[in-house]
Amino acid sequence: MSDVTAEGGHGAVPTGSEVPVAPKAATARRDWPLYEVFVRGKRGLNHVHVGSLHAPDDEMAVHAARDLYTRRNEGVSIWVVRAADITASSPDEKDPMFAPSGDKVYRHPTFYEIPENVPHM
Amino acid sequence: MGHEETVYDALDHAHGGEGQWAFGTGFDEPLAGVDTTVPDGVDPADLGAYCLMLGDDALVLAQRLTEWVTASPELEEEVAVANIALDLLGQARLLLARAGSVGVLGRSRARATASIPDEDALAYFRDPDEFRNTGLVAAPNGDFGRTMVRLLVAATVRLAVLAELRRSRDPVLAAIAAKGVNEVAYHRDHAARWVLRLGDGTPESHRRVQAGAVEVWPLLADVFSPTDVEHRLTAAGVAVDPSTVRGEVVEVLTAVLGQATLQVPEWPAGTVPRGRLGEHGPELTELLGTLQGLARQHPAATW
Amino acid sequence: MSAPALDRTLDEASLQAHFDGVIAAGHRIEPRDWMPEGYRKTLIRQIAQHAHSEIIGMQPEGDWLLAAPSLRRKAILLAKVQDEAGHGMYLYSAAETLGADRADLTDKLIESRQKYSSIFNYPTPTYADVGVIGWLVDGAAICNQVPLCRSSYGPYARAMIRVCKEESFHQRQGYELLMTMMRGTPEQRAMVQDAVDRWWWPSLMMFGPPDDDSPNSAQSMAWGIKRHTNDELRQRYVDMSVPQAEALGVTLPDPELAPDPQTGRYRFGAIDWDEFKQVISGNGPANAERIRRRRAARDDNAWVTEAATVYAHKHAAVSA
Repeated sequence: MSDVTAEGGHGAVPTGSEVPVAPKAATARRDWPLYEVFVRGKRGLNHVHVGSLHAPDDEMAVHAARDLYTRRNEGVSIWVVRAADITASSPDEKDPMFAPSGDKVYRHPTFYEIPENVPHM
Repeated sequence: MGHEETVYDALDHAHGGEGQWAFGTGFDEPLAGVDTTVPDGVDPADLGAYCLMLGDDALVLAQRLTEWVTASPELEEEVAVANIALDLLGQARLLLARAGSVGVLGRSRARATASIPDEDALAYFRDPDEFRNTGLVAAPNGDFGRTMVRLLVAATVRLAVLAELRRSRDPVLAAIAAKGVNEVAYHRDHAARWVLRLGDGTPESHRRVQAGAVEVWPLLADVFSPTDVEHRLTAAGVAVDPSTVRGEVVEVLTAVLGQATLQVPEWPAGTVPRGRLGEHGPELTELLGTLQGLARQHPAATW
Repeated sequence: MSAPALDRTLDEASLQAHFDGVIAAGHRIEPRDWMPEGYRKTLIRQIAQHAHSEIIGMQPEGDWLLAAPSLRRKAILLAKVQDEAGHGMYLYSAAETLGADRADLTDKLIESRQKYSSIFNYPTPTYADVGVIGWLVDGAAICNQVPLCRSSYGPYARAMIRVCKEESFHQRQGYELLMTMMRGTPEQRAMVQDAVDRWWWPSLMMFGPPDDDSPNSAQSMAWGIKRHTNDELRQRYVDMSVPQAEALGVTLPDPELAPDPQTGRYRFGAIDWDEFKQVISGNGPANAERIRRRRAARDDNAWVTEAATVYAHKHAAVSA
């Protein structure tokens, strides 16, 4: 079962006590940390995860993200975050984490029956 | 097969037109609707010569930066350096086309086939002595540190000039400058970020980038010296006298190098604007040999 | 390192069953899902090889960047080569979701422990090669890649969608360059035909060995990593390319190329798989140069990368 959990990339960052979350010491000289990139495609939309890149620090990361992920004007705003700083749910937590909302149908608009003649609902 | 064709078509249609497909190659739009008449009291020959100065600086520096593509320290830097080169190439095309449109083509037009546009006649069929770039942009790259120092210096000078040029009485130059300011500000900042990191990085990087600065600084000798063309056009409200941006350039470069823990090399005494007058060293001849070789081998060809 | 809690709550068989169910339902596997080791390894190998191909693929055309014969062509080519760096990065990024590390994959490339597409080991002696790479090589890549937009591994599929979008324009710029050259001088037309003669057969080899000599294909298909067999894709590519060649006015260098009246598809001659094996195992015309340049980019600039790391640590320590 080793190596099962993906390490880094696309928000796939392991959590749990077995997994080192602190950035590795500069073991290899070329080890620029991995950053995840989120782009707001246009005003009115959420930032969406688009991929990752390597950069020595936050400032270089946001500029590299601009150069790589918005070179065709795909975005109006960029977030970058060190992959190691993302806390993610793990798949096996899926049941306790996500199942409860499955039966909370009142969160969903279709739960409420509205007569068809009521406008703008 | 059906499904993939659909996917492919959908991808294709999603982009519509060609405008987006090669970032940095959009060429016509920046000047859409701009009045291209030469302003009153301005000699078109002067205007064209000035466009060549700014255009050749951009073209030659783009060519130097392109030498880093497939040789950069990291893939992120490949993309960044290509972006900067594309921006400069775009500026060069606008400026050379403007020079051509006011009739400044020198010997090139006679050498190039009629089907070759002015921008290419000027880029590919002028000899080195007809180029008007400074020695600052033509110098070889050296290592990555020296490349970034040169980019920092060249972009700082260009940004200061373009910022002023936005108020030019020539609407075309004003429009090109307005577009260029945003681009060149980004180039300057990119180079400054690297100079900071190399200067304040390891002992080796400090030593290398300091040596790069020592090699680049003498190239500033003729950068602030105006030609007669620039004098006349500045008086006419069309151009920027480069001597007026020296203070800003010194201030910016001193600040960046200081923060990077680097010594500012001695500022060279001003000399005649050799490059602007067409006097160049062998490095420009060599650069143009590569740039122009294929086009000159096939003068009747269209690409 | 063990995955948190997983092995304590679920046994391997039920994990496998869940994985199989996701694949069978046509859903995507995502990075933190359990997956069989073979699936992970196959994907890393395939994605890395694909990423390496993009990065090495910058070189044959990159050789013309400084000498492109017009400023418009120079801008187009620069944007295209830049895209290839971008594609490589999207793909390395997908490989990293599987636990691979980009620097490590780069080392494997440079040490020839991982392969890249053998097509990029051919030289580009004329500018027509830039056009033919766009038309045929990128065209073949699109045939290979569009189905991968539906790959069972989510990050790979998403990377491929982005790659394919940009790739379709690469193919067009190549074809447009060739059309322009075909309208040019007789010399230019000869350059185009010569380039087509040199690239046609290698482009057919881009789809990999024939199905009966492709031992891993069946498993990759079952996993949804691959969607069509090598021979299916190759046939599709030939069928697409023949009318394009006619429209361009060039001859494809295969006397056996002819429509099959029964199927309506094109029959083509035998591929020289010995050449393929030679080139992919490192004996192609430009293998050594491709790797040398990639190694130089890494080694000659190691001081730059290291300096940035040291700077980041210094300044993180100050601000913390």
